[in-house]
Amino acid sequence: MSISAKTLDTNEYFYGHKACAGCGGSLAVRAALKVLGERTVAVLPAGCMSAVGFNFPQLCFANNAIISMFAGTASMLTGVEAGLRRRGITDFHAVGFAGDGGTADIGIQALSGAIDRGDDILYICYDNEAYMNTGIQKSGLTPYGARTTTTPAGEHIHGNLRPKKNMFEIVAAHGIPYAATATVGYLPDFLAKVEKASKIKGPKYIHVIAPCPTGWGIPVSDTVEAAKEIADCGLWYLAEYENGSFRLNRDPKEFTSAEDYLRRQSRFRHLTDEDIRVIIESRDKKWEYIRKNWKQ
Amino acid sequence: MKPYIREQKQFGLDTIPEDTCFEAGYLVTVNAGWRSIRPVVAADKCIGCGQCYLYCPDGVISLQDGKAVIDYDFCKGCGICEKICRPGAIGMEAERK
Repeated sequence: MSISAKTLDTNEYFYGHKACAGCGGSLAVRAALKVLGERTVAVLPAGCMSAVGFNFPQLCFANNAIISMFAGTASMLTGVEAGLRRRGITDFHAVGFAGDGGTADIGIQALSGAIDRGDDILYICYDNEAYMNTGIQKSGLTPYGARTTTTPAGEHIHGNLRPKKNMFEIVAAHGIPYAATATVGYLPDFLAKVEKASKIKGPKYIHVIAPCPTGWGIPVSDTVEAAKEIADCGLWYLAEYENGSFRLNRDPKEFTSAEDYLRRQSRFRHLTDEDIRVIIESRDKKWEYIRKNWKQ
Repeated sequence: MKPYIREQKQFGLDTIPEDTCFEAGYLVTVNAGWRSIRPVVAADKCIGCGQCYLYCPDGVISLQDGKAVIDYDFCKGCGICEKICRPGAIGMEAERK
């Protein structure tokens, strides 16, 4: 059964949180929990979602939720799953919600270990493309050219010099049972992937783009629009990895303007035409590879 | 079902929970003061498609009798609902004291 606004669980499991208005990360967490349901143990490392969800005594998760150390999201998921299994409990999901920094930089070793062990966990990376909670520092998933507080835009160096780490394919390279990419701009697609993942035994990974209005420099009402646009203009792709092969879920016949997407965000406002040409070139190269090698 | 506002307990050093755990979904403060603008639903235009409910980051919109209803205690006034609403049933109005 496909998931839509009509069929979704009407209960709210992430409510009253203190995230900024228009927060993409909180939308991803809220939506995923509505699919997974009450019998879910959420593990959140230090990051936005733990900062906004646990303001003692205000606890905004209606299901079980716990904060882990920054590096240990996946390790704690392993422990949660093993502990509940030992107590004979089987009808639950162990899900982790880590940001891009907590996944691609600080938590990558723990994640790799959990995938290697084959633990029955779901790891969701909400990717807002920098360490937003601490004031917008560059992470491994910050895209080329983005201005952050640690990659400022100057006369000679135009923001971040490094491309976005290819986290989806790094995870897939472990031979994981299921991995997928998504964006909060296309929620039914994201929700279907969460549901699919919840029914698969073993480690699962979903990488969801979740714009941060504060860090991206967009109006708070544009979160969903920006999350749609990033997939429409080809700077992000919706794909799955399953049974050892990649599948592209959505192949836009024609990309919308990547320049419009970039120019709309203040973190890219300094980019020159040449910088944008470099970004579009690398996008086209990536898509050439995807279309040639992945199933559609 | 969703978490609701409850009494704020006063914790002293001797009453603070011993473990680092506490009851799930325990809310003591609202987020209403964050708004400068508020979404208002025109019930005659609302077709009950639920897109605003789906895309609200705070989950404050629910469908009651086929119409969108907003929980103003927790709405932060981001305006995503206004943009997502195809029939144009949601308008943003200045918050009045």
